[in-house]
Amino acid sequence: MRVVLAEDLFLLQNGLVRMLEAYDCEIVAAVDNGPDLLAALLELRPDVAVVDVRMPPTFTDEGLQAALQARREAPGLPVLVLSQYVEQLYARELLADGTGAVGYLLKDRVFDSDQFVDAVRRVAAGGTVMDPEVIAKLLAHNAHTEPLGALTPREREVLALMAEGRSNAAIAERMVVTERAIAKHTSNIFLKLDLQPSDEDNRRVLAVLAYLNT
Amino acid sequence: MSRSMADRVEESLPWFRERLVALGRCLVLHLLVYPGLLCAALAGFAFVGLGFGAGALLLPLAVLAVRRMADQRRELATRWTGTVVEAPYPRRPVFPAGATGVRQWVRWLRSDPATRRDLTWLLLDPVVGGLLALLPVALVLEGVYGFVVCANVRWMSSTGYGDWFVLMHAHYGHGGDLAAISAMGVGLVLLGLWSAPKVLPVYGRWTRSLLAPTPEVQLASRVRQLTETRSEAVDAQAAELRRIERDLHDGAQARLVAMGMNLSAAAQLLEKHPAEAKEMLLEARNASAQALNELRDLVRGIHPPVLSDRGLGDAVRALALDSALTVEVGVDLPGRLEAPVESAAYFTAAEALANAAKHSGGQRVWIDILHRDGRLLMTIQDDGAGGADPAKGGGLRGLERRLAPFDGILVLNSPVGGPTVLTVELPCELS
Repeated sequence: MRVVLAEDLFLLQNGLVRMLEAYDCEIVAAVDNGPDLLAALLELRPDVAVVDVRMPPTFTDEGLQAALQARREAPGLPVLVLSQYVEQLYARELLADGTGAVGYLLKDRVFDSDQFVDAVRRVAAGGTVMDPEVIAKLLAHNAHTEPLGALTPREREVLALMAEGRSNAAIAERMVVTERAIAKHTSNIFLKLDLQPSDEDNRRVLAVLAYLNT
Repeated sequence: MSRSMADRVEESLPWFRERLVALGRCLVLHLLVYPGLLCAALAGFAFVGLGFGAGALLLPLAVLAVRRMADQRRELATRWTGTVVEAPYPRRPVFPAGATGVRQWVRWLRSDPATRRDLTWLLLDPVVGGLLALLPVALVLEGVYGFVVCANVRWMSSTGYGDWFVLMHAHYGHGGDLAAISAMGVGLVLLGLWSAPKVLPVYGRWTRSLLAPTPEVQLASRVRQLTETRSEAVDAQAAELRRIERDLHDGAQARLVAMGMNLSAAAQLLEKHPAEAKEMLLEARNASAQALNELRDLVRGIHPPVLSDRGLGDAVRALALDSALTVEVGVDLPGRLEAPVESAAYFTAAEALANAAKHSGGQRVWIDILHRDGRLLMTIQDDGAGGADPAKGGGLRGLERRLAPFDGILVLNSPVGGPTVLTVELPCELS
């Protein structure tokens, strides 16, 4: 897997390079500012980019802007955004184009390297990975509004795990039920959110989008 | 022909109405002279009595009465004459209780330059302001009197006297004179009506000349206000730093210490008890995650990253997304605000939103942010039950303190039954 890494803090960049290489990723470029990131993304077209939000030269949301710009020019370019804090606003911006293949995680999540690398892989494969904290805020905000109000608590739980980017198998394991039970839940969710049968991955992305956009 | 006449009459109605209103105002302003004279008499007694000691009791009463009177006139002048007249009085300092306090209060009242100007006004106003306001009223009355003369001329003539009206002798049988008198009366009434709205601004200028604060007083009150807000801002900053220090000390710092201890314990246990060492390491990892969480919350409280990233508009949108209520945000800002203003406005919105969620009982909030004529205008309205009491809400006072160094104004309008509308006005430039 070819990875472009954007992180301006040397220690963290180093740590991420080592971690990703240990999981058989090839770091094709490691940059430390917004303009370089944009150039690297458009030139190298990696399988996935791991991007820090705040970088030089402005030390604001440079990384996020570069990632969004790259995805406007190359739709669906897989990007996993890392940040010291998560904002629903940024999550929505990342999800807005509806092409999936995005992730948005707190930097803390790199502590668990297995899980983190799993998230990187899922984004590279076109999945959507949202930080549990984004999802918790959404749950607090949208529990009673349409169309999510139509979902049962169990279905909402499944949808939340789906938004974290987990597969049916992983959700089943987490909720201690069979994968078939989860498949039933997901098809109910698709039905209630009025998502037409198309390819499964796309519907998952759309369901998560519906979830995040209420 | 008659139709167009009626039209003309109808068209001139607003002209008359406006002038009648102005005339009425002149009349009221003139009549106010008489209670003013009473007040002046009271003040005179007080000053004469001062020599005998009795005035010490009467003086503050007189000064306060004069102030009330002057305040009323300032308000009327501002409302009716288009001349804004602000009060020049400084805020009352805190005096000790008992006789010394009363003595200090009296001295403070007497030495206030505004008191002297008030008294000068009180003496001159019956002459200047009173006559000025009387002028249009007198013209109209004199004109009306002309008609009275005409109507009564037969009776008056029969007594053998006749009557005079503005240099014209009215006598029964002299139809030409009566016509002239009537014309004169109409002329005077019209002149009076015409002059009433012209007199009002002059009256306003007169009132302002003595009742408005002098430049020195304005400067002094500005300095006082700046001193107050500066010391409040410094206090608030110091309190904020103390809070941050405490949060760091009890939170992240403590967790880092625990982490270090766990790590060194793990290093010692690594060879002999690898299982326990692993547990220690996991604990250290959790502690670091918790420390990060606490630091994140702390940073949000100091200056939310989204605010520095995107500015006020998006930061308030982010707030709206995190709120438990349904919040609609409208932003019309062509540029970024200065950082301190941006931060003050952001925390005002955050506090207002939190209050709406906690107390209003409403479901929806509308936030509008725009920049006009060098001012940031922000309104936050909810659909709740209203009845928010600014005196009770310590949060509101805190917001005022936050906005005061920027000369920001905060207005809370919350009638019982709702809606609650908070309006913030902050002078600032866009970059």
